[in-house]
Order: sequence, then C-alpha cells, then structure tokens
Amino acid sequence: MLEILAERFNYIPIIILMMIGLYVVIATGNLVKRLVGLSLFQTSVFLLYITIGKVFGGAPPILENYKADDGYGHGGNATGYGTADAAHAADAAAGEAAGHAEQAADHAVDTAHHAAEVLYSNPLPHVLILTAIVVGVATLAVGLALVVRIRESYGTIEDDALNAADYSLETGSAE
Amino acid sequence: MQFLADFLPAGMAMHAPALIVVIPLISAALAALMPNGRVAWVVALITAALVAMLSLNLLGQVVADGVISYHMGGWAPPLGIEYRVDMLNIPLLLLVGIIGLLCVFYALPSVADEIAENKQALFYSAFLVCFTGLLGVTITGDAFNLFVFLEISSISTYVIIAMGAGKDRRALTASYNYLILGTIGATFFVIGVGFLYMATGTLNMADMAAILEETGHNRVTQAAFAFIVVGLGLKAAMFPLHLWLPNAYAFAPNFVTAFLASTATKVAFYALIRFLFSVFHPDVSFVEMSFVWLFAVVGTIAMVVASLQAVFQTDARRLLAYSSVAQVGYMMLGLGMGTASGLSDGLLHLMNHALMKGALFMALGAFALNFGVRRVKDLAGMGKTMPASASAFTIAGLSLVGVPLTVGFTSKWYLVTAALERGWWWAVAALMLSSLLALAYVARLLSAIWMDAPPSHHGEVMQRRLAPWMVLVPMSFLALANIYFFFHADPLVWLARSAAEAVMGGN
Repeated sequence: MLEILAERFNYIPIIILMMIGLYVVIATGNLVKRLVGLSLFQTSVFLLYITIGKVFGGAPPILENYKADDGYGHGGNATGYGTADAAHAADAAAGEAAGHAEQAADHAVDTAHHAAEVLYSNPLPHVLILTAIVVGVATLAVGLALVVRIRESYGTIEDDALNAADYSLETGSAE
Repeated sequence: MQFLADFLPAGMAMHAPALIVVIPLISAALAALMPNGRVAWVVALITAALVAMLSLNLLGQVVADGVISYHMGGWAPPLGIEYRVDMLNIPLLLLVGIIGLLCVFYALPSVADEIAENKQALFYSAFLVCFTGLLGVTITGDAFNLFVFLEISSISTYVIIAMGAGKDRRALTASYNYLILGTIGATFFVIGVGFLYMATGTLNMADMAAILEETGHNRVTQAAFAFIVVGLGLKAAMFPLHLWLPNAYAFAPNFVTAFLASTATKVAFYALIRFLFSVFHPDVSFVEMSFVWLFAVVGTIAMVVASLQAVFQTDARRLLAYSSVAQVGYMMLGLGMGTASGLSDGLLHLMNHALMKGALFMALGAFALNFGVRRVKDLAGMGKTMPASASAFTIAGLSLVGVPLTVGFTSKWYLVTAALERGWWWAVAALMLSSLLALAYVARLLSAIWMDAPPSHHGEVMQRRLAPWMVLVPMSFLALANIYFFFHADPLVWLARSAAEAVMGGN
C-alpha cells in the first residue's frame, strides 16, 4: 500500500487540493468563497496535467546550444517544432525549414539531430493547460462580475440570505 | 433548401468546416463594435444565415463524399487539430444552424423589450460567442478542443442568462449557480480527457478510439469514462445533475431560453454520445453496463420524476424547463437501449424536442412581450387576446404530449417500438406514465390559455393584440414543422438512422 502511494506521490497533493476545492464549493454559503473553491479545484486539475507531462530523466523541452549561434530570428520557429518529440522533431523541423533559405534549412536539421539525442519532457500538457488557465480566468471573471451584480441588487452575497430574499419575493408577489 | 447551399462559392465550400466556426467568432467581435442593438442584430442575422447555409452545404458534402476530415492549419491529425463532419454530427450542425437562424430572427423585438438599449450590441456579441462554442463542440474531432469550445459556449451562456436581470433579478443567482455547476462539469470533463490522454497519448478522438481498441481498457480509462459521463451529464442536464436548468431557463431573456432549450443541452448530449460510442466502444463491458444501469434507469426516473415536478410549477417557463429535463430522460432511455434503433430514436427525439421546445418558448416569449406575463395563471385568456401565438403554443404543446399528427407522437412511437424490441416493458410503462403527466401539465397551460376568460384590470378587459410579425414567423414555422414532420417523417428519421448507423456500424 505504502509503496503504491510512494510511487504515485505526485498525485497525492493534487487529489487533496482537488477535494478541498470541491468541498469549499459545496460547504460555503459565501458566493466569493465558493469561487475561491472553484478556482482551487480547477488549478489542481492544471497540476494533474502538468504532472503527467513529466518524463523521468527528461530535460526541459527547450533546445540548448541553439540560441547561442543564432539569436532569435527565424530560428525561433524551428525551436518550437524541435521540441515536440524527438522523432517528429526531425521531420517537422526539416519540413518547416524547407521554405526558408538554404543555410537555415541545414541549421534546422542540425538542431533536430541534436534534439534526437536528448530526452525531453512532454510539453503538450503545458500548452493545453495554458489554454485551460485562460478558460479558468474567464470563468472567474464572469463569476466575480455576477457576484458584484448580485451584491448590488440583493445587498448580500450569502446564499441563505439570497434564498430568503427570493422566497419572500415569490410568496410576496403571489397575490 | 439545398439550393441555398449551392450559392456558396467552391472555395468557401472547401473550408466550410472551419468557416462555420470562424464566421460567428469574428462576427461576435464585429457585433460588439456596433453602435446599437439593431445593427448588431443585422450582423447576428447575417451570421446565422451564413451558418445555416454552411451546415446545409456540409450535409450535401457528407452525403456525397462521406466523412469530411478538415485539417486545421494544414497540420495532419493526430498531431494537428481535426474538424470532422460525419453522419452523427451533421444533424446537430443543421439543428444549431437552422434553429439558430430562426431564433435570431425572433430576437429583435424580444431583445429590444428585455435588454437595456446600451447593452444590446454586447448581448448579441455574447450570443454569437455562444453560437460559436456550440458549433465548435459539434464539429471538432479533438477532445481538448471540445473542452475549450464547451467552455466558450458555457461562459457566454452565463453572461446572456444573467442579462435577464433587467426583468427579474433572480436571473443573476440562476446564472451564478449555473456557472458553479457548469464549471464543475467542465472540470470533470477535462479530468476525464486528461486520463484518456494518459492512457493513449493522443487527443484526437478517432485516434483515441483506435488506440483504446488496440490496448484494451484498464482502471485509468474506466475513471476517464466516469468523469466524462458526469461532466457532460451536467452540461446536458441529465436527471440528477439538472439542478441548474429550471432557474436558468425561467429567468433568462425569452430569446435565450428559446435558443438554449433547443440547442445547448442537445449539443452536450451529442458530445456524450460521441464519447460513449465513438471513443469508448459500446461493446466494452463497462460501457455496456452503464447503458442499462445508468442511462436507461436514470432516464426512466427522469421521465417520471421531472414530469411530476413540472405539474406543480407556477411559473410557465419553469414548468417547461422541468419538462425539458424529462425529455432528456427520453433521450437517455433511447441511448441506454444500446441498440442502433434505440440510439436513432433517442436522436430523433432530440431533434423533435428542439422543434417543440423552440416553438413553446417562443410563444411564451410572445405572451411576455405583449402582456408581460410569466406565471401559468396569468396566461388566462391568451387564446382570445393572442390567438395566433396561442395556436402555435397549442400545436407544440400537443406535440410535447405526443398526440398523433405531431412529431412528438412519431418519436415516442419509435421509442416504444425500440423498447419492445428489447423486451423492456417497464420502460414502455414509464413512457406512458410520463406522457400522461405531460398531458397533465400541458393541459394546465392550455386550459388557462383557452378556457379562462381574459383578466380585466379596473373594469377594462385585456384587448386582442397581435405579436410582432418577426416573432410570429419563426414561431409558426417551428409549430408547423411539428406537424409537417409527422407526415414527412422520412428526412428526420433518415438523419437519425444514418447517425446511429455511423457510430454503431462504423467500427
């Protein structure tokens, strides 16, 4: 049992955070705190994605010794593709470079060969999570905007008080 | 209507899968820049018309050439993002496109009445973002892309629901609750996709299916399955996860309710079918088990319980919202049969339900527009004061019950046949019971509309008042479609059949 847990230690804090977040969403009656819980829940999922991108012994997916000769110019493109993964990197970089000047092509292929020798971590989950973070920020922004409007029209952001206000409205306007 | 599609130039037809998402997205930005609501509405109308044309064009292409696989940016799948149109999602594209067009047409008078003048352009912009998201969910072949579009549509939905606050502040709390539950649902879905990515190393749905078939299933894919079902179930308002829906539908602007009721939950339900049948395989033991023990059982409970709740509602739109939850139960039952005929009947009911609920909510919107009424008893005398809208409401209401000569009868008939094929007598009994309950709640509405006398204020009886023609035209169109497709059921049945065959027979 302990061994199983030890092998998967990276998931433990994620699951704990996830459960705390979900619990906060359910347990609190304060609308802002509920959004805090929601953000915590979402962020723990980001961590889940990040952790599956890790390859043991893998270097950060950045081409080394590359920037040194070339600076930032068109090479920036080839760097991006070279990191995808070793086998595809060679193809992609070569394919991309075909459209550029000849020496650039040679250079990209060299770089790709270099990439093939190094084990990189998987960068894809990070890219996905960049998108998910944007989604999370948008959700949080809309949620907070709603809370502001709720506070303006009800004068409270406590769930109980809101329900009571709505209930009295329903029964009060019944006749 | 095919001739509409042929107007498109060949270059547009080639890129139709991308354009159907890109055009509304760009128009959303355009609409936000427009000086007033009327101009923004024109932008939205042109966009919706283009989308409807593109969806018809895609139908033609799919029927002629089979599955369309569009490679975004020229990057081949599985590494690139693939937009994929096949027989399963083409009915949904048509549904969103055509219902979207009708709803936008309906929107102008309704929105002018309910939304403050200076917010109308932004409102249309948010609506177009939602439209983009729904189309994107339907057309994409990439699991993570699906999540992003799901959230694009959801976040804009929260905004347009909250815009109902001008009439009733409870729209704000309804929207907030939907935001919390919807985000939990989306996060569950993304956890599921993460697990699938762990197990397969790919995000392309077709590729995932191929890899899963090769490697078989394990605990990780089972967990993924559970997370995805719960996540998409929340978005589709599957029975125990429907709590956000009644208030959201009851307090949103009328146009939003009509649009969402006939498209949003349908699209989420499509995504669920896509995952159950295309990514996971219906022959896999735990998927098969979920059909009988989850979808069929919960669907049956939903049919009865949600209908029962509907009977006791005082707010007319809330009543129909509960009825929507019950109708999702019908679709779940069809899906839960796990047979091609069951699935196709579920899909048929999905399309028919969009026709009924679109017309019903539009008619309620017309009543609200002219007289500001929303409670069931306030509908009294609408048959005399607004006969055209009341007739449309009646046709669609009878269709909801499943009275012969309406599409509601067609899909219930097919569902009963499929249930009998499977030997599920209890499902047939539940269907009958639920139809009786539907009769009860529709009868409450109809008796108020036709039997009761129009109320009089200070001795003055409410006068007859015609709804604006922009409201009447799409509403009558949908109501008549309810009758038309009873007599000419073939196109819809054919769409549903070929969709079911595409996913069941394909692999």
